[in-house]
Amino acid sequence: MKRPGVYLAAAVLVLLVLAAVAPHLFTAQDPLAVDSARTLKPPGAGHLLGTDENGRDVFSRIVYGTRTSLLLGFGAIAIALTFGGLLGLAAGLGNRLVENVIMRISDIGLAFPELLLALVVITVAGGGTSNALLAIGVAGIPGYARLVRAQTLTIRGSSYVEAAHALGLSAPRVVFRHVLPNAVKPVLILATIGVGSALVAGSALSFLGLGTPPPEPEWGSMLSTARNFISRAWWYGVFPGAAITLTVISVTVVGRALRLRSEGKSW
Amino acid sequence: MTITSILRLVGWRLLAGVGVLWGAATLTFLVLHFTPGDPAQAIVGGENAAPTPEVIAQVTAEYGLDQPWYLQYLDHLWRIVRGDLGTSYRLHTPVTQAIGEQAAATVELALAAAVIGLALALAVAVATAKRRRWIRGLAAGSELVVASTPTFWLGIVLLTVFSFGLRLFPATGSHGLASLVLPALALALPIAGVLGHVLREALEEVLDEPFIVSARTRGLADLTVRLRHALRHALMPLVTMTGYWVGALLGGAVITETLFTRQGIGRLLISAVNAKDLPVVLGVVLLSAWIYVLVNLVVDLLYLAIDPRLRPVAGVRPVAKGVS
Amino acid sequence: MTLVKVENLRVAFGGVTAVDGVSFEIRRGECLALVGESGSGKSVTARTLVGLTGEGARVSADELTFGGQDLTRVRERGWRRIRGGRIGFVLQDALVSLDPLRKVGKEIAEVLAAHTTLSGTARTARVAELLTQVGVPEPELRAGQLPHELSGGLRQRALIATAIAGEPELVIADEPTTALDVTVQAQVLDLLAELKSKDRSLLVISHDLAVVARLADRVAVLKDGRVVEHGPTARVLSQPEHDYTKQLLRAIPAEHTKGTRLSGTGPSPAPPRRAPGEVVVRADGISKSFGGRPAVREVSFALRAGETVGIVGESGSGKTTTARIALGLTEPDAGTVEVRGQSWTGPGRRALRRDVQLVYQDTLAAFDPRYTVAKVLAEALAVAGGPRRLRRERSVELLELVGLGAQHLARRPLHLSGGQRQRVAIARALAPEPGVIVCDEPVSALDVSVQAQVLDLLEDVQRETGVAYLFISHDLGVVYHVCDRVLVMKDGRVVEEGPVETVFRAPSHPYTQELIAAIPRLTAV
Repeated sequence: MKRPGVYLAAAVLVLLVLAAVAPHLFTAQDPLAVDSARTLKPPGAGHLLGTDENGRDVFSRIVYGTRTSLLLGFGAIAIALTFGGLLGLAAGLGNRLVENVIMRISDIGLAFPELLLALVVITVAGGGTSNALLAIGVAGIPGYARLVRAQTLTIRGSSYVEAAHALGLSAPRVVFRHVLPNAVKPVLILATIGVGSALVAGSALSFLGLGTPPPEPEWGSMLSTARNFISRAWWYGVFPGAAITLTVISVTVVGRALRLRSEGKSW
Repeated sequence: MTITSILRLVGWRLLAGVGVLWGAATLTFLVLHFTPGDPAQAIVGGENAAPTPEVIAQVTAEYGLDQPWYLQYLDHLWRIVRGDLGTSYRLHTPVTQAIGEQAAATVELALAAAVIGLALALAVAVATAKRRRWIRGLAAGSELVVASTPTFWLGIVLLTVFSFGLRLFPATGSHGLASLVLPALALALPIAGVLGHVLREALEEVLDEPFIVSARTRGLADLTVRLRHALRHALMPLVTMTGYWVGALLGGAVITETLFTRQGIGRLLISAVNAKDLPVVLGVVLLSAWIYVLVNLVVDLLYLAIDPRLRPVAGVRPVAKGVS
Repeated sequence: MTLVKVENLRVAFGGVTAVDGVSFEIRRGECLALVGESGSGKSVTARTLVGLTGEGARVSADELTFGGQDLTRVRERGWRRIRGGRIGFVLQDALVSLDPLRKVGKEIAEVLAAHTTLSGTARTARVAELLTQVGVPEPELRAGQLPHELSGGLRQRALIATAIAGEPELVIADEPTTALDVTVQAQVLDLLAELKSKDRSLLVISHDLAVVARLADRVAVLKDGRVVEHGPTARVLSQPEHDYTKQLLRAIPAEHTKGTRLSGTGPSPAPPRRAPGEVVVRADGISKSFGGRPAVREVSFALRAGETVGIVGESGSGKTTTARIALGLTEPDAGTVEVRGQSWTGPGRRALRRDVQLVYQDTLAAFDPRYTVAKVLAEALAVAGGPRRLRRERSVELLELVGLGAQHLARRPLHLSGGQRQRVAIARALAPEPGVIVCDEPVSALDVSVQAQVLDLLEDVQRETGVAYLFISHDLGVVYHVCDRVLVMKDGRVVEEGPVETVFRAPSHPYTQELIAAIPRLTAV
């Protein structure tokens, strides 16, 4: 049985990707156009979601901010997944020494909340969009290393891998034919859900003034400024955050549906 | 099971904890000494700090920067063992003191949020697991929405409605219970969403187990079955996630304190990051490693309390358990 | 005096009918057995009697009464008085049916708290009494232990104690012995027989006619949610009227010697058996310990082409470790295994692999979830070599050999039935044309009639190809039916070995005698 919610979430994701690639399709307004005559106007004709303290259109800033926000989410997960995955595979397939070294180091990495690790990277390397992306990606590596290793070990111990060995398949062949594909697939699906939390972490850094700097539109940094105008302009603080939440919900719903399907359960 | 075997387990976990702390100390050493540029310059606040030559000389002497690297490393470890985390050249105070002054406010916030989050998750999960379809759908939907809401936005929404709209709670500050309500909620709700989801799924799985059917065939009431038999099993995944939610509390505290302009370690950390006050940042890193080690020890003991099957038998070395 | 009367009971889940018009009655002091395979509706029927049919079930009946009370009108509060107080329920595996985190005594005391007015101390005393009554020695000690600290037999007894603690008039036992070793199974059946008294009736649910024969006064045979045959146990077992009952009786391996067909299907006159040929696998004095605990001690055997050697033993006897050593998947600490005269430990070990194949108990875990049947077989055939273009043709040949066909090539094992999956597993094992197939409990997870088909298939394949089987099983009946020779293992040692007929007719070791005496038989009414 398929739920309409999954299709709705997938449709939202398609729209978001489209907005990231071609924002001009959704709005005719320039996200950077300052209009000192029309600052902090409530939602209405001309400005669908109102304007900010510089008279810029909030809706078009949200649309143009999609690219940076999605990039933060997907980019950070790509880094975490690539390096964490390689380390996890090495630990799961390698000898005890390799496994122990990798796992002890990732234990240390796991001892810090991801945001804290990201803050250390930023203290050393400085702020900005690409450093924030790098920081969140690096902070996610130990978690994925652990996940991939556990998955690899489970598959290595399964009956069908044993059966493949018993057939006389060579060890590398068993790894490439059976272990790798079966270990990687569930991790890829979990990573879909991880995109949501990476996106939140990225906009959190921007919110703290350490990610994307103004005037570049990005959801988290919009909220950072909006914070100063909560008493006067509710729309300014509400809509960019709603965009984040909607994105995270959609990513999570689609990710969970993929996971259920891969486990052979109905959605 | 004997007291000795439990003590032995605690001993092993502490030993593993020392390993993590050593790793964290090494990490801070690497950060201090392999940041691009002059370490002394980095310690006093990066390339824009413009320190006097006297300050540079003082730092060089204090950190032994003219020594060979291995002596510096040993010295670094030894100072951490003594509880000396260096000096903040921005605040002109020792790092331990700077952190100590802010600790109480953060602990207050984190504890309040933890209690609210756990209570909400437990109540919703026990009340809705395996109920009628629409009840479960409602619970699952609310969990998804709150779990997907970033703390900083939730805080802004709460401020918009309750501080500036209804004027029920103050928008800033860290004095009194009223100023704690909104920050604690902003911090607790997303965590409650995640924990509630995990707990409810675990509970639904447990409620299908044969021993639950068995308990029902003895004539027990539904709530008795849930609380006495099912809940204990469903708590295991929650305990496993302790690392996650303690991390989420600490990370969330940074954001909450900034948003609500509260005192606390989080605010201290952010101003340190902005000013490139490296000793303070690394001090907080070491503190969080400490918390992680302690929390994991508690988690291991909780496992034993919940599931007696995991208790070590005298004479058998306990199997190390994954600590993520 | 009728205690339970069920007339035209129907249960449906969503649109699926699970029970389709079942009628029976249970008189006071008698034992009725509901017998059927999975999906026959027997467990659903039993659970309906205590109001725990399950989520989303629609129950209707012309009559459903217990002691004169109309069960269709009972509300939740009323059910709580009936459950445990008037009807006790024993589920199959006590390891999963007793709360693994609670002490055994607490589980029993829970029933007393719900259904009696006993005080706390009186309950503790009563728990000890009850444990004694079900034959648990040292009851005070056991009451303070967790289920996993008890042996399988004691655990099942403790579970029975929870069911009788409220002094119920009816005890329902759903597959009460399925998870138990054969000797323990016999003891638990005796205990259940003792529970029956003039004011306590018994309803036993089982897939196993032989188990029921020991216990029941009357039998109702269920198939697809209907009662197909109903009558006194002796009559149903000796003069079955319905074809399905006859089929079930024919499928019991313990009652039929090697070579007779259990399933009544398939090619009738098989080619004559070949005489055992050269030695394919020889194990010499193999031993293996895990963490200082010996699992296998000095086991030796030889397996010849075309013959079947069984290894029987209860859980923990070392039979599976022996099989894994024979497969070269586990290295022995001492001793040697030779395949066609070459040692597993020597060079060229991978070339030996294809000569020894295996078939698992868990048919689902045995296949890569991403693979189709065609891919599974192609991979196995690739190992065997041979031209690539013939692989499809050869795959179809293999599938036909195991009673499947080309139409199954595109399917995934996940979407096949348990019996079909086991056929694919056998086809895969045959692909490299091995000398030996190690079968590790190959039919333990299957229904009786499917088990019969798979056992017949193994026999046919052996006659066709001359392959040798090393057959691991806890089920003596199955071993009796399929094996030429048998090794009996206990605590890692072989305590007895010899031709099947000799070992089963005249066992010499006391342990073997105990095992054989415990096999449930139809005639032991």
